[in-house]
Amino acid sequence: MLVINSIERGIVIDHITAGLGARILNYLDIDTSKYTIAFIMNAESATRGRKDVIKIKDVVDLNLTDLGLIDPHATVNIIEDHKVAKKIKLEIPEKVVNIIRCKNPRCVTSVEKAAPHIFHLIDPETMEYRCEYCDDIVSMKGDWQHDIMRKEWLRTKSCE
Amino acid sequence: MLKGRSLLEPMDFSLEELEDIFALAKEIMKEPAKYIHVADGKLLATLFYEPSTRTRFSFEAAMLRLGGQVIGFSEANSSSAAKGESIADTVRTVGCYADLIVMRHPKEGAPRIGAGASDVPMINAGDGGHQHPTQTLTDLLTIQCDKGRLDNLTIGICGDLKFGRTVHSLMKAMSRYKNIRFILISPEELMIPDYVRKEVLEKNNIFFEEVRRLEEAIDRVDVLYMTRVQKERFFNEEDYVRLKDSYILDAEKMEKASKDMIILHPLPRVNEIAVEVDKDPRALYFEQAKKGMFVRMALIMKLLGIEEGSVN
Repeated sequence: MLVINSIERGIVIDHITAGLGARILNYLDIDTSKYTIAFIMNAESATRGRKDVIKIKDVVDLNLTDLGLIDPHATVNIIEDHKVAKKIKLEIPEKVVNIIRCKNPRCVTSVEKAAPHIFHLIDPETMEYRCEYCDDIVSMKGDWQHDIMRKEWLRTKSCE
Repeated sequence: MLKGRSLLEPMDFSLEELEDIFALAKEIMKEPAKYIHVADGKLLATLFYEPSTRTRFSFEAAMLRLGGQVIGFSEANSSSAAKGESIADTVRTVGCYADLIVMRHPKEGAPRIGAGASDVPMINAGDGGHQHPTQTLTDLLTIQCDKGRLDNLTIGICGDLKFGRTVHSLMKAMSRYKNIRFILISPEELMIPDYVRKEVLEKNNIFFEEVRRLEEAIDRVDVLYMTRVQKERFFNEEDYVRLKDSYILDAEKMEKASKDMIILHPLPRVNEIAVEVDKDPRALYFEQAKKGMFVRMALIMKLLGIEEGSVN
């Protein structure tokens, strides 16, 4: 059996739908960072059969509310002194900024490089989002994960 | 209160606010001479990154007929855009000089970028294949003047419904009036975009029917809104050539239409309405263009906060 020790201080992203953990790592752009990270794939889960888990040591100030776009079933636990100091249940976000890139070649974001890419949720069931500028609709189901921007990309953008 | 507000899409204004604009436009139409000095000392900037005849001239004429003045450019090459300046920076700069900015841009959502860059009111004068809210003001005023109402209408929209920004704005605006039915006439390749279908029609439970031939709809509509297949919206010339002559309204087809039906067109037309139809009393598209100037005069007055009480 694989044993991963608990962390004294940090973030545990738990109950990730099996297979989506790598995408969350990619989005957070921490797979290339110097943080100590444990990434467990296909762990046994009493409620979901299989799940992925990510543990990030010594980091508690990452904004993770947008992770609901990738996996609304995941939970985020902030750990202090080996205990859960805060538990965040993720939801499908109503508005996302600089997470989805608008693919409409006619959209102004294709030429106005400093403009933030802003999308609004229009249907939680289908996870469809509408671009604030051109109204183009994208579904966040299916192969959508490939369109998720990495946070690294955000650092070069001016956000809202 | 419309003073200081921007008009980026038709839903930015409530039905009451639209009605106020139409009421003022009708007053101006009755006696335009009363309004020739109401905007003295005010400056309108027209930022046209894409060619335009009617919209730019009607905005400029509207401002000049109110006593205001106009600055601007009529193509991107004659502005700092040619040097690579961003839309936001251009608007921020122009906002230092003008009281009101009108923008046309080939990219969808460009006026929204502009509206966020300056406190000066921004009017969207057409953004790519997206929205054209002041054309919609013109359309609605024309319908209201002829029909006496904006509800209980069957509206046929024919031609390029995919890239037709006037179509998208018209449908959005009409979706708020009671008992509106749409008959959408287009080739499969030029059907309405998903966001109009889902966010405007389905969300508001509006009846709509999609047909391929004009003959299937012409005897059932109160308003027939013809549009041009727009060459400039196609990335592929072959697609344009294949679709450009999909619909031509001529005198023979008009025989099947009701005597009360009216024909609107945002203009310019190419060949989708035969010239012989122009003399038909139901052809209101040039009257519509004329009303466009008056409704823009009313819009400018409202956004600048010029009170009707200041009119001599």
